[in-house]
Amino acid sequence: MRLAVLLKTVPDLVEELALDEDARTLLFDEMSYVPSEWDDQALEEALIIKEESGAEVTVIAVDTGDVDTMLFTALAKGADYAVKIVGDFDAAMSNWQKARVVADYLGRGDFDAVLSGVQAIDDVDGQLPGLVAGFLGWPHASVITEVRVAGGSHLQLRQEYAGGLVAELETVTPIVVGVQAARKPPRYASVAKVRQVAKSATIDEVEADVAEARLAGVEYVRPVAAGHAEMIEGDIDEVVDRIVAILEERNLLRRA
Amino acid sequence: MGPILIVLENGAAGVTEATKECVNKAKSLAAQLGTTTVAVGFGKQHVSDLRRLAVTKVVIASGGTMDLYNPDAYEKVLAEIFGNVKPYLTLIANTTMGLDLGAGLAGRTQTPLIAYGIDIEEQDGRLTAISQVFAGKLLARVPIPEDGAIVTVIPGSWPADNEAGDPEIEEWTAQDSEAMRVLRVVEPEQSDIDITKADILVSVGRGIEGPDNLPLAEDLAEALGGVVSCSRPVVDAGWLPKARQVGKSGQTVKPKLYLACGISGAPEHLQGMRDADLIIAINTDESASIMDIAHFGTTADMLELMPALAERLKGG
Amino acid sequence: MQKAKAIELDIAVVDGVELNGSWNRMFEPRVISEYDLSVLDSITQIPGAESLGYCYQCGKCTGVCPVDTVGDYSPRKVFRRTQLGISLIDSPDLWLCTTCRNCLRVCPKEVNMINIMPAVREQAVLEGKAPDELLTAFENTARYGNPIGESPRKRADWTKNAGVAVPIMSQRKAPVDVLWFVECYPSYHPRGKEASSALARVFDALSVDYGILGTEEKCAGDSQRMAGERGLFEMLAEHNIKMLSKYTFNQLVVTDPHAYNAFLHEYPKMGGEWPVQHYTQFLAERLNQVHFVKALNKRVTFHDPCYLGRHNGEYEAPRALLAALPGIDLVEMGHCRETSYCCGGGGGGMWMDSFTRDYASERLSERRVKEAIEYGAEILAVSCPYEVPRFEDAVKSTGHDGELQVMDIAELMAYCMGLNEALVLH
Ligand SMILES: Cc1cc2nc3c(=O)[nH]c(=O)nc-3n(C[C@H](O)[C@H](O)[C@H](O)COP(=O)(O)OP(=O)(O)OC[C@H]3O[C@@H](n4cnc5c(N)ncnc54)[C@H](O)[C@@H]3O)c2cc1C
Ligand code: SF4
Ligand code: SF4
Repeated sequence: MRLAVLLKTVPDLVEELALDEDARTLLFDEMSYVPSEWDDQALEEALIIKEESGAEVTVIAVDTGDVDTMLFTALAKGADYAVKIVGDFDAAMSNWQKARVVADYLGRGDFDAVLSGVQAIDDVDGQLPGLVAGFLGWPHASVITEVRVAGGSHLQLRQEYAGGLVAELETVTPIVVGVQAARKPPRYASVAKVRQVAKSATIDEVEADVAEARLAGVEYVRPVAAGHAEMIEGDIDEVVDRIVAILEERNLLRRA
Repeated sequence: MGPILIVLENGAAGVTEATKECVNKAKSLAAQLGTTTVAVGFGKQHVSDLRRLAVTKVVIASGGTMDLYNPDAYEKVLAEIFGNVKPYLTLIANTTMGLDLGAGLAGRTQTPLIAYGIDIEEQDGRLTAISQVFAGKLLARVPIPEDGAIVTVIPGSWPADNEAGDPEIEEWTAQDSEAMRVLRVVEPEQSDIDITKADILVSVGRGIEGPDNLPLAEDLAEALGGVVSCSRPVVDAGWLPKARQVGKSGQTVKPKLYLACGISGAPEHLQGMRDADLIIAINTDESASIMDIAHFGTTADMLELMPALAERLKGG
Repeated sequence: MQKAKAIELDIAVVDGVELNGSWNRMFEPRVISEYDLSVLDSITQIPGAESLGYCYQCGKCTGVCPVDTVGDYSPRKVFRRTQLGISLIDSPDLWLCTTCRNCLRVCPKEVNMINIMPAVREQAVLEGKAPDELLTAFENTARYGNPIGESPRKRADWTKNAGVAVPIMSQRKAPVDVLWFVECYPSYHPRGKEASSALARVFDALSVDYGILGTEEKCAGDSQRMAGERGLFEMLAEHNIKMLSKYTFNQLVVTDPHAYNAFLHEYPKMGGEWPVQHYTQFLAERLNQVHFVKALNKRVTFHDPCYLGRHNGEYEAPRALLAALPGIDLVEMGHCRETSYCCGGGGGGMWMDSFTRDYASERLSERRVKEAIEYGAEILAVSCPYEVPRFEDAVKSTGHDGELQVMDIAELMAYCMGLNEALVLH
């Protein structure tokens, strides 16, 4: 079984997002980036499958900035190969564009399953796994919390729905899976190991042309900010009223 | 201009609220733009609901495995219907089904997608979708392209539409999926509660005073459809198990609502919950640090407020 | 079964005197020691962990190990369990030692947990067997340069509220006498920031010519090293050495005894050698320039940080500063100086609170706070940035809220020098 895991970096929310408030644009060059947390889950699930069934794991990233550390870390954790798709790309590259170049690459290979984080904080123009599957015309399932090899060329997936229901799906390959959570928390790669891998391992570079983005004129604004909490005054009944109203406004009240 | 397409999701008691919310928005946008609304329903189980939807037309995809949600079969039939309807705008609730179908359909049909929508504004016949990105830290304002788009919508963005209508009905025969089979749908056994997966947390701190008061929190959590979590002293005292502890040495949580009751907001605690979507703090001390990161706060006594709030929520 | 091999030193050197042990050797193992020693061997083969094999079960360490007073753990027990075939790598024992160095002080066989623990932990980390909390701290440190996961860009933000100008080297562009290495908790933790502000005010009042690295500084990394992430430590050390090397200064002053330990013993091995003092040492030498204007009028006791005291032998400087405070009633606890208790934060303990709780009847910090209360102290003075948050938390959790204040020595000095209006700034 050959597994591909799509990894990407996203702006680090520990830092303030760099927003040009007047132009309503994101200053992509001024932000620091971290691996998307759901992709970490996808990688972990792939490594678990590898341990269970001897699958081969290839991690793939589009070169939108510094992705080498992320790829070396994945190799240090146990991935077999790392591929970096290079071209005239930058940090502002949209998911649609990433999905396009990734789909082209995957279409030329013979992967049985593609795993990636079910979502990421920056996918305003769609989630990577779904777009990739759509471009390739492959079946796809998201919000997956378990992937198992079920004999030959079948996989069993566990898909989660709202309200705690879970479906077990059986699928043929090739398939694209959006991973919500791995069966175990992502493993840790010690710094020494990552550094050693960075010295000894190689990242395969594959060239690609940048595709056109499909959304234009996207503007970013901050929602009304909170500094100190807005204090709710009044007696118990008034406080209850106000809290219920706040919850109602945000659709947090339990529905029938 | 093509119609507005709404993809309906089946719930236990009919079409889900989230999709009815999309119907509501689709109707008002269609009126503004002078176009029609088409809804796609799957399977026969809620067919009487489908026949009463207040939209122009309902396409009912049935046959094959349509009665049970199958990501692959649904995506394929939806792509066919999409090709036939040629909608200008497509609305899908951002649930598991929306995450499956939205991006999949976009990729298959080369239609632009806007994810995590919370609103769509109309001005001079031009639409702008507002979506919530970067964990809610920013809103993106996305002009909907001339040739239309698919928008996946966060549930709860609009009121649900419960109006009755008399739509034109079109039956659509769906094929089985050759790629994917649903083996079973189950309700997983609950081990202990996993607070990292809960949307709503009623979190109690030392202000709870003792284990005898815990039922007040449990009650409130139940009324809210959430679970109880806590700060470290509550675990230290043995009143709740360690799996319920939020913070640096406990769990990191990102619920939609974090109701902090009698928690001062020590840095070690904040480390585990500061990214919650909405934080409401109940703390008799207005200067407690929790108030610096909470969105709303009250200095009411939690031991009075918790039961009062639970009562109100249960009373309707 | 394999015969036990002799596990004692052939020759021990004690205070420069060579003691040949051959006359005392047990050439044939008695039945009682005929164990399968493969597990013990697998541990003592790890470079750095050899000395675990020297233990002859005298039990001296059990008497002094702070962890044993709240649990069931000491070097003697570690040896014994390993001898019986329980691998230290899989045992919770591996994560309980705070590397406080008290056992090494008394062990006749020089069983050295300060070397054993990081070596064996490194192996466990490689095998993915470390507590999750600890791994999160490692990941944060690797990513952000601090174990708390705070923004590296905000590392110098505390200076904005310090009340005095704090020079940052990259902006100052001139040589300084003192480079103050601030460290993480003093940069980010609310109470740590207050202590940093106090120290900045004291420096300012003494006209110290100093600067800080600001956002160019990363965690010194010593506790990560002790917790088993040597690679991370090396990466941090390389970074800090590179940054420090950009500037000209006469000496380093550190807030954190763990950083002090690193700069004294570890950084020089990696090419980063500068004269370094803990801030208490630096200030103690300048006490004659200090003008106190306010009396403290409190009963104060002092907790020796393991990495200033036992690890590096400095017991006098903090006491000299405290003794000079007007109106202080300084009282020593039973466990002080060489026999000081441990706050529980060292050796990675700071990041394993939840893990260690399962193996201890109470936290070391709680035990220490109770001792301070017993001695009637109103203030527990500290000089390590781990301690204010740990002890303040312990004061509350032991139900002594309001009875005992936990104060950094820098805060007490700033108060008595009239630089802080109140004891605690906020
Ligand atoms: C290494 C380390 C790790 C730690 N890890 C964690 C962790 O993972 N998670 C964690 O939570 N803590 C952790 N702590 C402990 C942390 O420092 C705090 O001590 C703890 O979070 C305080 O819990 P609290 O807010 O419930 O209690 P307190 O700080 O005592 O606060 C209680 C609050 O309740 C309010 N109150 C009292 N009565 C009422 C009432 N009737 N109505 C309304 N409000 C009331 C009070 O005003 C007060 O603000 C850690 C500490 C250390 C040193
Ligand atoms: S003091 Fe040393 S020799 Fe004695 S039991 Fe402890 S570790 Fe062993
Ligand atoms: S270093 Fe301290 S905690 Fe560790 S074993 Fe020795 S006495 Fe115990």
